Amino acid sequence: MSSEYETTETLDVKGLSCPMPIVKTKQAIDDLEAGDVLEVISTDSGSMSDIQGWAEGTDGVDLLDQVEADDLYTHYVKKTA
Amino acid sequence: MSTDNTTPSADATIDAAEVQALRERVDELEASLAELDDGDDQQKMTIIATQGSFDMAYPPLILASTAAAFGWDVVVFHTFWGLDILHEEKSKELKLSAVGNPSMPMPNALAALPGMDSMATKMMQKKIDENGTATIEELIDLSLDQGVDLQACQMTIELMEYDEDDFYDGVTTGVGAATAIQHMAESDVQLLV
Repeated sequence: MSSEYETTETLDVKGLSCPMPIVKTKQAIDDLEAGDVLEVISTDSGSMSDIQGWAEGTDGVDLLDQVEADDLYTHYVKKTA
Repeated sequence: MSTDNTTPSADATIDAAEVQALRERVDELEASLAELDDGDDQQKMTIIATQGSFDMAYPPLILASTAAAFGWDVVVFHTFWGLDILHEEKSKELKLSAVGNPSMPMPNALAALPGMDSMATKMMQKKIDENGTATIEELIDLSLDQGVDLQACQMTIELMEYDEDDFYDGVTTGVGAATAIQHMAESDVQLLV
């Protein structure tokens, strides 16, 4: 699944719960360049809705995909600006 | 955009001075419109944190750090018992109240016994740890790192006889209700916790 995207960096937030996946994602995105894709791996089922809401409400990011498999929630966030 | 193509039928001549005055008025309005559009579309949130129990410390900090992740301008104004959340020592000793808490699996008569609050707090802390939920200290650090303005009400600092040095580095002191009101008036979201 992950091979679909050219992932620049992977952020592992397994074991962390709200609001850490969002806050850590935001911090990781800040350190990337425009065009980069961040892969976020979480065990928090709430991150499916939260990352989506965050990406919609935040300028300069684009949520490419979200994958749920084996109790892992993986998100692909592209920095657009 | 032309302004001179409407000719009133009764009075065909328009006073040059009148036109000039209207032009000036249009310029004035356009300038004030441009000021309003000044690109300041950053969302703002103000939270008033008044509670200092272990469970009530979480909601303001979680919302503040999340809003900051959205790029919002966030102020949390801590007053009365909410001040203890910013107090470096007291923030580590916040207690969950077992009495009058309908979520506690025990009757109030039992919950009122000595040591019950500490026990309930320890149980909650253990759950928080197992769940991977951040500690209060971590959330404070995270909020400050992201530019959240954590404010300590000056009046309450004096009332509780705290010292400005008692608070975490980066906490804003020397602010009162007027400062909070000012930010609330400019905010898109205002919450009292």
